[in-house]
Amino acid sequence: MRGAPVKSLALHLGLIALLFALQFVLPAYHHGNLARIMVMAAYAMGYNLMFGYTGLLSLGHAMFFAAGMYGMGLSVQYLGLSAGSGFLAGVAAAFALSLGVALLALRTSGVAFMIVTLMFAQALYLAILHFAPWTRGDEGFVIPRAARVFLGLDLADPTIRYGAALTLFALVMLAMLCLVHAREGRVLVAIRENEPRAEMLGYDTWRHKLFAVTASGTISGAAGAAYGLLFGYVGAAFAQVPYSIFPLLWVLLGGAGTLIGPFIGTLFMFYLIDIASGMTDAYMLAVGVALLLLTLFAPRGIMGVIRERWVRWLP
Amino acid sequence: MQGDWTMKRKSLNGALTRRNVLKGAGALGAAGAATALPGVARMAWAAGSDQPIRIGFQVHRTGIGATYGRWYERVTNAATRVINEAGGINGRPVEIVAEDDGTDPKRGAEVVEKFANQHECDIAYGTLFSHVVIGSAPRAGELKIPYFVVSEGHHVASGMLNRYTLQPGITDVKSQVQAMAPFVAENLGRKVTMIFPDFAFGHNHRDFFSEAITAQGGEVLEKIAIPPTETSFTKYFARIPRDTEVLYHVMVGPSVLTFVKEMGEFFGGAGPALFGFIDSLEGVDIATPGLEFLEGSYFWEGMPRYAQPDDPDYVKYYREQVGLDDNGASVDDPKDVSTNAHMFACWETLFTIKKGMEDAGYRGPQDRAALIEAVEAIDIMLPGREHPQGAKVFNGRTHQVFGEQYISRVKKGRLEVQHHTAIEEGFYPDEVDYTKQPL
Repeated sequence: MRGAPVKSLALHLGLIALLFALQFVLPAYHHGNLARIMVMAAYAMGYNLMFGYTGLLSLGHAMFFAAGMYGMGLSVQYLGLSAGSGFLAGVAAAFALSLGVALLALRTSGVAFMIVTLMFAQALYLAILHFAPWTRGDEGFVIPRAARVFLGLDLADPTIRYGAALTLFALVMLAMLCLVHAREGRVLVAIRENEPRAEMLGYDTWRHKLFAVTASGTISGAAGAAYGLLFGYVGAAFAQVPYSIFPLLWVLLGGAGTLIGPFIGTLFMFYLIDIASGMTDAYMLAVGVALLLLTLFAPRGIMGVIRERWVRWLP
Repeated sequence: MQGDWTMKRKSLNGALTRRNVLKGAGALGAAGAATALPGVARMAWAAGSDQPIRIGFQVHRTGIGATYGRWYERVTNAATRVINEAGGINGRPVEIVAEDDGTDPKRGAEVVEKFANQHECDIAYGTLFSHVVIGSAPRAGELKIPYFVVSEGHHVASGMLNRYTLQPGITDVKSQVQAMAPFVAENLGRKVTMIFPDFAFGHNHRDFFSEAITAQGGEVLEKIAIPPTETSFTKYFARIPRDTEVLYHVMVGPSVLTFVKEMGEFFGGAGPALFGFIDSLEGVDIATPGLEFLEGSYFWEGMPRYAQPDDPDYVKYYREQVGLDDNGASVDDPKDVSTNAHMFACWETLFTIKKGMEDAGYRGPQDRAALIEAVEAIDIMLPGREHPQGAKVFNGRTHQVFGEQYISRVKKGRLEVQHHTAIEEGFYPDEVDYTKQPL
């Protein structure tokens, strides 16, 4: 944790402690929601590493989430791996895919990079459909409850699930905290701000971007594997375009390039949809209006504005 | 397990005796009388709890399933109104709590949680698209909330899901296509080319129909899978072998109309006999310009879209309550064509839930397990106002219902029923026994 200012560490540990405490007071519905939100926030934090800190806009991040999910799901389903080994298999699959995609996609930049990531994600989605005898195509498949046991703990149990989601969320957040305060994190921000200048200063920006894409994809895959295990379903819908757009929106809403932003954005968006859908069928319009207002009045996202105006030390 | 089905067939034959039909008719008469006496019915639930039975309705209001969802909701509301006017369930009114799942499995699971933990619904119900069912069912099982799906997927009977997920209102794809094969082989031809969407729903058709037509002495010459993102189809038609006698087609999604129109342009009135699943044209007017070439072709229908001359009174009653005109469109808007081949199952599922709750003496969530057992014990469903599509047999072990299928032919721009299959033609050996799973 060297380099992490005390305030920053206290804030993030405080958030983790708050989330831990909330499980004892939240009603069942919100308890379940928060478990889901923490897993998806881990996905958003992975996305944020690449987009918010490095300035690489991916439109195909669902492929990494799905790689983790299917890496876990297929190995549990067909190789009989345990939940823990399956999770590691999912993370390994996401790592391999993100490394491969990074090696190819980083030959491009800007709009071309966005298109290449989008196309890779579409290729993975179609591959999932193509190999339907194993993947069950668009329908997906259920992870049997008996396989969702980790170290004797039933991951389908609400308390265990919440704890597992919080563990993943906390590990990713603390790892990100270490990273952004470390030299590597500062280099990534330098690349985001002015890549030619970073190059001129002697940094091998390609190598640092390779790290960012691979780490981002691997974290996203870990979230995908965890989601499949905790909620018992593996499906191609998670490889589709909307699941590449969601983390972008969550990060934009919460504040790109802030550590807490992805969590705030995921939380905000979840409840915006949940509440608005109870009022109108056009709830995505409400989401659109919210995004529009945010773009107009808080272009740096919720935490971005807070950092800009009041809490300048926020990482 | 085959033995079980032999017994089931015997029990079916035994159950559909004149005596049992008369018993059923008596029950229907009673239900009809209750339906006709809403005032009495309202007094009836005054004696019981006035707390409504809350049914969480997972509806595809947005996303790819929205066309189906719109009609599923209308049928659900109509059936609920009829049930309430007849006294509700166990003397209590029924309240539908609808939530849009966006035709998305993640949101679907969240909606099931919302029903169980926030809305305090007694049960969840209504889902159509398979991926939403499969994504939601694990949460329903964990939350121990009965989850009645209206999906026609084989996922329930395949054993993939759990004891809390049931499909008592609509037959599954495996049963449907198996029942079609004898008619196709005997009347249209034995050399078949299949065109289907390249995802699980299409693969079910491909696999189950190939097996069934082979058992009839036929063969599938070519299996043409259409990628789900495809918007132009002509290049696929060129792959149809010249000696094809029957073209079996089934498509779903926003490009179905383009698919059917391009098929017509390709064949230009000639070509093999056409046999399709109405899924290709659910919610689409058969009389749409460009579809004239469908004249004389055949379609599977779960329930006939168009009013038939020999419709029994209970079918007329169902259509009237749902608000269908003779063409199967909304009485309020002739251009708003229904999805009647599937949506009838919402009506029937709600009446099966009613019967299950009454048999179980259902009072509240503490009786959810008893409700599951009561529905599992349902065997024969007689045709009538509760089951306007026709007679059915529910297999409590696989949680899947079996029923008659309709084969209709396009004549003068309307679908006329030519044949309906026997329930037994859709039977297949059990693939799971959910009753062995704990409640």
